[in-house]
Amino acid sequence: MRDKLAISSKAYLFIIFFILYAPIFYLVYYSFNSGGTMSNFEGFTLDWYKELFGDTRLLIIVLNTFVIALLSALVSTIIGVLGAIWIHSIKQRQTQNTLLSLNNVLIVSPDVIIGASFLILLTMAGIKLGFYSVLLSHIAFSIPIVVLMVLPKLKEMSPSLIDAARDLGASQWQVLTKVIIPYITPGIFAGFFMALTYSFDDFAVTFFVTGNGFSTLSVEIYSLARRGISLNINALSTLLFIFTMLLVVGYYFIAQRGNTRGLGVRK
Amino acid sequence: MTKLIRAFISIALVSGGLLYLIHHLNSSQGLAGGNTLTIYNWGDYIDEELIDRFEEETGIKVIYETFDSNEAMMTKIEQGGTTYDIAVPSEYMIDKMRQEDLLIPLDHSKLPNLKNIDERFMDLPFDPGNQYSVPYFWGTVGIVYNSTMLDGKEFTSWNDLWDPSLKNEIILVDGAREIIGMGLNSLGYSLNDTNLDHLIEAKAKLMKLTPNVKAIVGDEGKVLIQNREAAIGIVWSGDAADIMWENEDLNYVVPSEGSNLWFDNMVIPKTAKNIDGAHQFINFMLDAEVAAQNTEYVSYSTPNKEALQYMPEDMVSDERFYPSPELTEKLEVYENLGKKNLAIYNQLFLEFKMGQN
Amino acid sequence: MENKVTRNLVFIPYALWILIFVIAPVTLVLYYSFFDIEGNLSLVNYKTFFTPVYLKMTLSSFWYAFLITAVTLLVAYPTAYLITRTKHKHLWLLLIIAPSWINLLLKAYAFIGIFGTYGTANAILEVFGIGSKQLLFTDFSFVFVSVYIFIPFMILPIFNSLNELNPSLLDASRDLGASKWTTFRRVIFPLTIQGVKSGCQVVFIPALSLFMLTRLIAGNKVITLGTAIEQQFLVTQDWGMGSTIAVFLIIFMVVIMVATGNRKKRGAKNER
Repeated sequence: MRDKLAISSKAYLFIIFFILYAPIFYLVYYSFNSGGTMSNFEGFTLDWYKELFGDTRLLIIVLNTFVIALLSALVSTIIGVLGAIWIHSIKQRQTQNTLLSLNNVLIVSPDVIIGASFLILLTMAGIKLGFYSVLLSHIAFSIPIVVLMVLPKLKEMSPSLIDAARDLGASQWQVLTKVIIPYITPGIFAGFFMALTYSFDDFAVTFFVTGNGFSTLSVEIYSLARRGISLNINALSTLLFIFTMLLVVGYYFIAQRGNTRGLGVRK
Repeated sequence: MTKLIRAFISIALVSGGLLYLIHHLNSSQGLAGGNTLTIYNWGDYIDEELIDRFEEETGIKVIYETFDSNEAMMTKIEQGGTTYDIAVPSEYMIDKMRQEDLLIPLDHSKLPNLKNIDERFMDLPFDPGNQYSVPYFWGTVGIVYNSTMLDGKEFTSWNDLWDPSLKNEIILVDGAREIIGMGLNSLGYSLNDTNLDHLIEAKAKLMKLTPNVKAIVGDEGKVLIQNREAAIGIVWSGDAADIMWENEDLNYVVPSEGSNLWFDNMVIPKTAKNIDGAHQFINFMLDAEVAAQNTEYVSYSTPNKEALQYMPEDMVSDERFYPSPELTEKLEVYENLGKKNLAIYNQLFLEFKMGQN
Repeated sequence: MENKVTRNLVFIPYALWILIFVIAPVTLVLYYSFFDIEGNLSLVNYKTFFTPVYLKMTLSSFWYAFLITAVTLLVAYPTAYLITRTKHKHLWLLLIIAPSWINLLLKAYAFIGIFGTYGTANAILEVFGIGSKQLLFTDFSFVFVSVYIFIPFMILPIFNSLNELNPSLLDASRDLGASKWTTFRRVIFPLTIQGVKSGCQVVFIPALSLFMLTRLIAGNKVITLGTAIEQQFLVTQDWGMGSTIAVFLIIFMVVIMVATGNRKKRGAKNER
C-alpha cells in the first residue's frame, strides 16, 4: 500500500469535496424550507416531499430521464469505443486529425444549433418526435465524449502488447477482447459516466427534438425558470441524490467483496 | 471483458424494467390512445387541479408539455413533427405566427364564454377580431424596487433610473425589445419605433445607464431582487407580483412615459389534431370561476372581467396589477417589426451588453 | 487469419454516426451561413463577423475558455493524483462525478444563493472579519462556477492516466536523486500527457460557447460566442448569422486540434 496521505493532502481533498458538494447541500437544505424560495429559511417542513408523491406526471418524467440516460450512455459507449479503436488504428496523421475534428464538432457546437439541426434532420426523415428522437439525439451527442475518454488509454497502450498477442497466435477478435478492451476498460467506464452526465444535463437538444408529451427532468426544470423553481424540485433532487449515493456506495462495496482486481494493483 | 459485459447487461435490464414501468404508468393515466388534447404552455402556468377538472368534465385526456421561450416554441411548431392542440404564445409571437400561417382560426360560436373577457383586451393589433387567439393572462413591464435599500426613494418614470446615485443598483431583463423599448420610451418615442436614428439615440442613452446596471439576467432576476442583490429591477408585472408576495419591502410601478402591455393568449396551432377538444378547453378556461381559480394560483393579471368578482378584493383593487383604463391607454403592445428591424434591435442590444465591461 | 471485412464492419456504426449526425448537420449549418436574414444568398454574415463586436466576443470567449481550462487543470491534477493514492480510489472518483448528475440550472440557482450579497459565502467572510464582498456578476464567480462544472471532465482522464503509472518508475527516479518536483516534471507529467490533453480538450472546446453560465452567474458581464448564437438562433431568428458564428467555432476547434494534435516525432515508445 502506498504511504498514507499527508495531512495537507487530506485537507486539500476535503476542501475539494466540500466545494463540490456545497451547492448540493444547499439544495437539500432548502428542500425542507417552509418559505417558498431558496433564501430565507423560514421553518422546517416535509410538504414539498409530500407534494412529490402525488405527482405522477413528474414521476414519469424522472423515469424517462433515467431510461434515456442509461440507454443512450450504453449505446454511445459501445459505438464510441469502436470509433476510438478505429481512429487509433489509422496511421496517416492527416486522416486521423480529420476524423478527430469531425468527432469534436458536436462538442464545440452550442446546444441550440445541435438541437435545431437535429430537429430539421429528424423531420426531414419523417421520424416522429418523442422517445425515439430523444434517444437517438442523446446517443449522437454522447459519442464524441466517449471517444475522447477512450482515446488516451489507447494511445498509452504499448503496441508491443498487440504484437506479442499476435505472435502467440491470437486472432483479431481475441486481440480485441482479451488485450485491447481490458486495457482500455477504465476509459470505457469514464466515457460511460460522462455520457450519463451529458444526458442528464441536456436541455436544449432534448427540448427541440421531443414531442408527444415526452419530457425529461431538464426540460421540466428549465421551463419552470420563468415562473420560479418551486421547492418540490429541490425535494426531488434530494431524493434522486440520496438514491444515487446509495447506488454508488452500495455498488462499490458489493463489487469489492471477493474481487481481486487485476488492474491498478499497487504494491 | 466479462466485467464489462456483465455491467452492460445489467444496465440494459434495468432500462428495460424502467421502460415497462413507464408504459404501465402511462396507460394507467389513460395516455394510450383515445380522446386526447396536447397542451403546450409555459412552465407552471396553470393550476393543475383545473386540468384534472377539465378531464373529469369532458372525458378528454390532457397531455401537457412545457416550454421556456416563445421563439423555441415557435421553432418546434414550425418544423412540424409535433401535434400540439393548444399553445400559449405571447402577443408578438402570435402576430408572427398569424402572418406565417401557423394558426387555425377560432370558431367563436364554440366559445360562448368569450364574453367574459374585458373589451380592452380584445381586438388588438396583433390579432384583429381575435380571429386566432384568446387572452389568457396579461401584464405590464415596469420597475420593481426596494425602497428600504434606497433610503425611501420612490420611482415614477424611466428617467428616474438614470440618477447617478443609483450606481450598480439595477438589474435589467435580458430582452432586446424590453430594454431598447425602455430607452425609446424614456426619450418619448414609441417602443415600436423603427427609425434608425431614434434607435441609435436610444442605445446611446442606454449606454449612459451602464454605471447603474449591475447585471442583465433572465428569469433568475426575480430571485436576485428577492435576495436583495439589487435594489431595482426591470421586470414583467407577473414576476413583480410573485416576489412582492414574498418580500413586503418591494413596490412595483409602471413608468409614466409609457411602457409595454403584454399578453399571453391561447391559440390553436396548425398541427392540432383535436380542434374540437381545443375549443372545449379554451371555453373552459374562459369560465369566470375557472379563470378566478387559475389567477389565484398563477397570480398574474387576468383579462377575464367576470372572474374578478370571484377573487380576493385586495388582489383586484391593486392598481399596480389592475391599472385603470386611463393608464392602459398609454401602454403599447409590441408590434411585429419584421425580421430586419428585429435584427437591428438585437444587434444594438448585443452592443449594449458588450459595453457593460 | 485476419478478416478485413469483419474488422471494418465493426466500425460502421461510428462511421454512420459521423455521416448522419456530424457531416449532415455541419453541411446544414454551412448552408444556412450563406443566407442573410431575408433569405437571400449573401456573404453579409461573414462580413459581419469581422466587425469589432464579434471579434471582441471571439477574443473574450477564447480568453475565458483558456482561463477556465487552466484553473480546472490546476485544481484537477492534484486531486486526481491524491485520489490515486487513497484506499478506495474508485469510490472517491465516483463521488467526484456524482454531483455532476444534478441539474445544472439547480446548481446555478444554488450558487446564486451562495454567492449572493446576503448569501452563505459572504456570511463566512464576515465571520473571518474580511467583510462582505460583491461575488456575483464578477469574473471570479463566473470562472469559479465554470471550473466547478468542468472538474469531473478533467479529473477522469487524468485519473485514468495517473492510475496506470508504474510506481517503480517513481522509485527509480527518486533513487537516482531527483527531487519531488523534478520527478513530477520529468516522469509523472510526461507520462500522463495524454490524459491531460484529453481533459483540456473536453473542457476548452465546450467552454468557448458557454451561454447559460454567462447569464446566470456573470449577469451577461461576460459575453461569449455562445451568447450571440443563442440570441441569433432564438430571438432574432437569424439562423444565417447564428450558423456563421458556428462555422467559425468549428474552424477554431479544428485549428486547436491540429495545433495540439499528435506530432510525427514521438518517444521511443512508438517506434517500431
